[in-house]
Amino acid sequence: MQEITETMLPGVGVRHEFTTSAGERLSLLTHRTGRRELAVYDRGDPDACRTVFHLSPGDVTILGDLLGVANVSETVHAVQQLEGVVIDWITVSPKSGFAGTSILDGQFRTTTGVSIVAVVHGGETIPAPDPTTRLDAGDTVVGVGTAEGLRNLRALLES
Amino acid sequence: MLAAAASSTTATAFIEVGGVVLGLAVLGRLAGRFGITAIPLYLIAGLALGDGGFLKMNVSHDFIEVAAEIGVLLLLLALGLEYTGAELRHGLRTGAAMGAFDAVVNFVPGFGVGMLLGWDLPAAVLLGGVSWASSSGIIAKVLADLDRLGNRETPTILNLLVMEDLAMAVYLPVAAALVAGKALGTTAVTIAVALAAVAVIMGLALRFGDRLSAALHDSDDEPLLLAVFGLTLLVGGLAQRVEVSAAIGAFLVGLALSGPVQERAEALIGPLRDLFAAVFFVFFSFQIDVTKLVSVALPILGLTVVAFATKYLTGWIAAARAGIAKPGRHRAGATLTARGEFSIVVASLGASAVDGPQLGAVAAGFVLLTALVGPLAARFAGPPA
Repeated sequence: MQEITETMLPGVGVRHEFTTSAGERLSLLTHRTGRRELAVYDRGDPDACRTVFHLSPGDVTILGDLLGVANVSETVHAVQQLEGVVIDWITVSPKSGFAGTSILDGQFRTTTGVSIVAVVHGGETIPAPDPTTRLDAGDTVVGVGTAEGLRNLRALLES
Repeated sequence: MLAAAASSTTATAFIEVGGVVLGLAVLGRLAGRFGITAIPLYLIAGLALGDGGFLKMNVSHDFIEVAAEIGVLLLLLALGLEYTGAELRHGLRTGAAMGAFDAVVNFVPGFGVGMLLGWDLPAAVLLGGVSWASSSGIIAKVLADLDRLGNRETPTILNLLVMEDLAMAVYLPVAAALVAGKALGTTAVTIAVALAAVAVIMGLALRFGDRLSAALHDSDDEPLLLAVFGLTLLVGGLAQRVEVSAAIGAFLVGLALSGPVQERAEALIGPLRDLFAAVFFVFFSFQIDVTKLVSVALPILGLTVVAFATKYLTGWIAAARAGIAKPGRHRAGATLTARGEFSIVVASLGASAVDGPQLGAVAAGFVLLTALVGPLAARFAGPPA
């Protein structure tokens, strides 16, 4: 973890600084009004800012979301890099014979070797679902297994 | 009968004040275009309107004078609101030594020029204050415009400004007592009473500020604005009554408010302050005879050169002590050289003194020059943006 320095700026706000792994000095100035300034220090003159971004509260939300999303997909990417382990999202089709049945009824683990680690049901995520959890048409199933197992599961749930 | 007479003078007042304020709006835009604050332009406008200027105004002095005085109170109130109690305590803990150095080194040039001109002691002491105080308004604007708020020398600059503002709480009552100009013994008593009053109010402000803020917190914007405005005038007036200068009363009201109320009050008072402060600056230089300004051109130039150098040195040393490299020291020094609203407030205290007119002229010329040169110096002290 990088060391973060906090400095009070009387009448303005608070400034946080840290050095990135690549050696750049970054500073985030939070105004009392909620405006932020993100700045990179000059390598030649370490006391001066080079590039300064002026961020409104709205901009901060967008940037925060982007950085947050990047974080999640990095984690997923890390899981996918485990040798042979695949994670995938599959939506339950109304045509599927398994729409309306529970996970246990489907015997997916037995037939495909895939573990269902989460079900997204109408915007609500059920992590580590109970075997009795019902799969409805339109639900998204998150499965972990082999590439072949997930192809088989997809065939079961989408047709 | 009364209504008829009033309406005709009121009409004149409206037309003239309206014209002047519109003119100030144009100047404000112009200043924004060039990236400077409007203060020097306001001063020039006042000079143009005043004695020896090329325009004459008939508006009753009283009307403008009260508005100008309110401008001073609001300037100081906003200054008190700007800093939180934590920031002030932190500033006192870490910046006291540098603040004292700043006070001495930058007081001497003004005081010296005053003495060389053969002024009375009070006027010389006031000119010392004029050359001492940097302009937090101009400096804040310069730092933001040049994108230097994130720079490492910036806390050094801001801490010096905090110390100056705190020191004003001592300096202004002392100066006001000196100007009142009684016998030495009486003056000493007045100063002692004034300082005790400041200490008491400051203690109360820091102690019970939270409760006051909590009491005001529930109100909507409108009652809050009225409460803060009324409180400022009331405390300012009471402070003036005991000869502590109304400005300090207003400053202490600003200090007393904290937390969310502080931020809301700052936002609410901001526009009012801009309006009344503009009137104050114009009125200040409005009273200055332009021919007098020309007659003190040499002292003005001398003071500007010396006080520029001493302030630059102050910033340089403060930055060096904070471990800032050379380019940053140049930026700190150059940025601090701008004088502005505070110097004019100090000078206006001496309006009634024997050497008041000359003091006003020197202060106006000095502020005009430093307020224009300071931001330019700050710009060129840094690497080209």
